[in-house]
Amino acid sequence: MSRLPKEPVKLVPVPSTNKIPERDIGQSPILECRHLGIDFGGLAAVKDFNMAIGRTEIAGLIGPNGAGKTTVFNLLTKVYQPTRGSILIDGQETSRMNTVQVNRAGIARTFQNIRLFDKLSVEDNVKIGLHNQIRYPMWDGILRLPSYWKKEKLAHESAMELLSIFGMEDLAGHQAGSLPYGAQRRLEIVRALATNPSLLLLDEPAAGMNPSETADLMENIVKIRDTFHIAILLIEHDMNLVMGICEGICVLNFGQIIAKGTPDEIKNNPVVIEAYLGKGNKGNKGNKKGGK
Amino acid sequence: MTSLKTMKKSTRTSFLTYAMVVVAFVIVQSLRVFKDGGVGAVLEGQLIPICAYITVALALNLVVGVSGELSLGHAGFMSIGAFMGCAMASALQDSVTLAPLRLAISMIFGAVLAGLFGFLIGIPVLRLNGDYLAIVTLAFGEIIKSIITNVYLGVDKDGLQFSFLTDRNQLAEGGIALIKGPMGVNNSARISTFVAGFILVMITLIVVFNLVNSRAGRAIMAARDNRIAAESVGISVTKYKMMAFVTSAALAGAAGTLYGCSQVTFTATKFDFNTSILILVFVVLGGLGNMWGTVIAAAALTILPEALREFADYRMLVYAIVLILVMLATNNPTIQSGLSRLIQRLKAGKGGEEQ
Repeated sequence: MSRLPKEPVKLVPVPSTNKIPERDIGQSPILECRHLGIDFGGLAAVKDFNMAIGRTEIAGLIGPNGAGKTTVFNLLTKVYQPTRGSILIDGQETSRMNTVQVNRAGIARTFQNIRLFDKLSVEDNVKIGLHNQIRYPMWDGILRLPSYWKKEKLAHESAMELLSIFGMEDLAGHQAGSLPYGAQRRLEIVRALATNPSLLLLDEPAAGMNPSETADLMENIVKIRDTFHIAILLIEHDMNLVMGICEGICVLNFGQIIAKGTPDEIKNNPVVIEAYLGKGNKGNKGNKKGGK
Repeated sequence: MTSLKTMKKSTRTSFLTYAMVVVAFVIVQSLRVFKDGGVGAVLEGQLIPICAYITVALALNLVVGVSGELSLGHAGFMSIGAFMGCAMASALQDSVTLAPLRLAISMIFGAVLAGLFGFLIGIPVLRLNGDYLAIVTLAFGEIIKSIITNVYLGVDKDGLQFSFLTDRNQLAEGGIALIKGPMGVNNSARISTFVAGFILVMITLIVVFNLVNSRAGRAIMAARDNRIAAESVGISVTKYKMMAFVTSAALAGAAGTLYGCSQVTFTATKFDFNTSILILVFVVLGGLGNMWGTVIAAAALTILPEALREFADYRMLVYAIVLILVMLATNNPTIQSGLSRLIQRLKAGKGGEEQ
């Protein structure tokens, strides 16, 4: 398995002020948000959100609870329509798109509170992810025409191959809702990958996992990026994970970006430390800096 | 039986359901052919309605069990199928002399029209969540009943004649009044047969099972289990809910034609709210998404009122008590665990004997 580049990546600006890793600069960023914002009943939940993600970047979105991180995901996937600003997927404006079209344009996501199809089998969950990848008309299915058998076989093989990323082939026949928590989280990632995205959004992938599971997950996220050559944006509270694998990090507080940069820049940013630990707590600040 | 055990669970369930229906058909049909007095006058008269109700219950299970939307208007789709299908059958009486072919054409006509109506109500309603579909389909059933009660449709050598509220049709000699408002339909010939009913039930089972175990079926169930997640993987929820709803409406229409063409005469009040609820009871009693349960429930509950005729005035009371008892038995965890323990013990006993 290929590893992350040893040297810290350098972030360079795209035509706007947003930055992406230097190696991705030849191509347009897979995602770019410009002045994105949404109001809920007069309250600006997210305001002036600017971000770009390179084609093969692993990016992180962090911030205290209630900062608006999941709202950003919901804006990107059009669960909410933004009040202001624009989202460009691969340079393409998305203001007229809905959730389904955004997925077809290349964004797949997982959910903070797991949303699997609980009553269906693990394999069927992945096959549902393959919905737009392996297609045949409804009538071919009802009449069991040759294309049905051919495409179903292909769907089965693809589903098994995707499940093998996390070594979950043995669970294929199990009911998704009966899986342990960690396996459900992994299945959600597999289902999202099945839609053949160019950008994968992971909402707290390590929530509820123990340190060794988290370490496995970190390896797998990097492996997914390297195998599928896709970009990944993740929300996570586990700082070991974020600082360990993210190349560009965005820190959100009260709906606004308070810092952007590489893990090293973020770790040493006094504004970020203040947002997480509070003002005037010099002792803690010192400890955190010293701890590195 | 080993091959049955190695099958995928869904394949096994559908296979056993087909087998159950075929065996029931063979037994009933051979009784009718070989035994004096057949299956008895009461059951004989109920055979085609049973097939019709099984079909419409399976169709409704596709909406309620598989697609997860509550429809209270399936009697309305049945009504459209019954009236339009029977009108078609009467109109074709002279041009298509082969009765089974005429029935098949009428059923397809009834199914297409019912499907079309399903599509039309589906457009506004399937975009909504929750109970709205139930309320609108309930209203739809009532509207269809009121409209058909006031429709006068006739055909003569000059073509179709239609009037609303009062009968102003001037039929030439040899013309047939197809629908006579509150008088309903008089069939000149009852062309539905038990064999046709059996074939319709089998076709419905094949359509439902094959749909559920395909790409479209998975999308329908995904939309049921988690709308947001389904959309996030690129499934157009409205489209697939519509697919289930229209398929269901069309099958209910075909069942209506089968039913209508088995009666000498029937009126629109036959397909009222009570009938819709009755069909829903079949589905709930048989189990949401459980097709073989639906078949058994529809057959048993259609025969039951007839079998209870000797209770005379207390018939519906006994019917209701039986319903409550069955619901309790199938949904009570204590009784269920007791049953499963019993089955396990029986299985263990059997295993011991084999060794």
